[in-house]
Amino acid sequence: MVTTIGILGAGRVGSAIARTALKAGYAVHIAGSGPAADIELIVDIVTRGAVAMTAADAVASADLVVLAVPLHKYRSVSPATLAGKIALDTMNYWQPIDGDLHEFTADTRSSSEVVGDYFAGARLVKTLNHIGYHDLETDARPAEAPDRHALAIAGDADAASVVAEVINRFGFDPVYAGPLASGAAFEPGSSIFGGRRTAEELTAELGLAAPETAALETAEAA
Amino acid sequence: MEIGAYSFGDTPLNPDGSPRGTAEGIRNLFDAIVLADRAGLDYFGVGEHHTVSMPASSPGALIAAAAAATDRIILGSAASIISTDDPVRVFQQFATADAISGGGRIEITAGRGSSVETFPLFGYDLRDYDTLYAEKLELLLRINDSPSADVTWSGTVRPAIDNLAVVPRPVNGRLPIWLATGGNAASSARAGRLGLPVSYGIIGGEPHRFAPLAELYRRSAGQAGHTGENIKVSVATLGLVAPTKAEALERFHPAWHNLTVEMGRLRGWPAPDRRQFEAQSQAPGAYYVGDPDDVAKRIAHLHGYLGHMRHFLQSDVGGLPHEHLLESIELLATEVKPRVARLLAAK
Repeated sequence: MVTTIGILGAGRVGSAIARTALKAGYAVHIAGSGPAADIELIVDIVTRGAVAMTAADAVASADLVVLAVPLHKYRSVSPATLAGKIALDTMNYWQPIDGDLHEFTADTRSSSEVVGDYFAGARLVKTLNHIGYHDLETDARPAEAPDRHALAIAGDADAASVVAEVINRFGFDPVYAGPLASGAAFEPGSSIFGGRRTAEELTAELGLAAPETAALETAEAA
Repeated sequence: MEIGAYSFGDTPLNPDGSPRGTAEGIRNLFDAIVLADRAGLDYFGVGEHHTVSMPASSPGALIAAAAAATDRIILGSAASIISTDDPVRVFQQFATADAISGGGRIEITAGRGSSVETFPLFGYDLRDYDTLYAEKLELLLRINDSPSADVTWSGTVRPAIDNLAVVPRPVNGRLPIWLATGGNAASSARAGRLGLPVSYGIIGGEPHRFAPLAELYRRSAGQAGHTGENIKVSVATLGLVAPTKAEALERFHPAWHNLTVEMGRLRGWPAPDRRQFEAQSQAPGAYYVGDPDDVAKRIAHLHGYLGHMRHFLQSDVGGLPHEHLLESIELLATEVKPRVARLLAAK
């Protein structure tokens, strides 16, 4: 069971996820690119309750790691420290922000599969990438709320089931899309990216089985 | 509270949706600034963008022209992308505008920009993004803070300057230099550490959620020993004022739609959703679209969270008809500003 979440990246995305995780009752360890002291004041004010650490410490002490750095900086995260960890890939390839990154433009696979090659020892799960960081905090709803939105998850089934429980506690219905490659269905440019959908709508959009079945599988796996 | 407007230029559209001339967009912007000054608006910010739809690529040139044609309004960049410009040239252009204005109403707002179109245009490498920004900001501040015209600086992103004159000098000795940020916490901390006023560009979400960032900014400033009138916050948001809220929504929606379609094409967003537009146009959303009462109330409400001293709106996006921009500016100056003043005085 996940009790501590380590977040790599103290920017807008990392901070929004940190606040969401704190609200959901998780312990949050957060790291920027440098020493913990660099972000201590930031963490104290912007993500109060989280603990500032180095990236290595944040990863080592966490049950689950969130990659929340700009995609063009993903290689600044050490792959060795992530070995064996479940790591959430929240990153997207955005040419206007990232510039032309040949390894992504030349590869037809999803960005998470390219990133996954680099973090070969980690159990990479793609999620939280298709919701805006503003919306993450404003759209969270308790379970059973009629206007609760859904978030898609792609990765190996065991890791994804662990992540599904986290997404649920964050205030969203988790919908398992399939292995990491299936995350291409909710990348920028897809119909799902940036939109708001219920679990039923998202399940249909992903071309999966009926939502009852999908929800059941998630519950059992968790 | 100062009330203002800002623009990246907005190339007008033909009835079929195709763009008219970019020069027309610039001329419209110039005319809007002149009208804003006549109407009594406090501030106008310009550019910098480099696209056919948003052609205000040269804030310094436009502001120099506007400085000659206006009397009272404060003119600034919103923002200058200093990472990919030469801070010496940026400073010289704005100091020139300052001289033309008579002094005291020309500002520079330094930023990185929300997109990276200037990197290929000016031949910079995105891998140097952070270094370019940090060093060029430092050079800009060095020039501005120099007690004499002669400046000495060395770094890695530009040839060193060894005791060379950078002129003209601002009329009042220095130009106000702001730091622009879209909400990255490290940028707020940086502005505070440097003792610079900070300008928040809030393009979505709920603006009052920037309150911790403003607190971070002020505490960072305090820790670094910076106090006084230079420690202040301004806020830039989308918005449009019309005689009634219904008119404001009807006028701004097509413009917002066009803007969102263009941004969405670049960033993979879905088709614009009118419901989202309507939601963002009500408290506590980020679009200040409404009648003077509504917009004034929301600005005053945000002030309770951020304590900002200036709020300025971007209205001319996506081919907004020019007359709607002009009416909004007129209403901001004559109707919104006094209402905000009354609301804040009553607090």
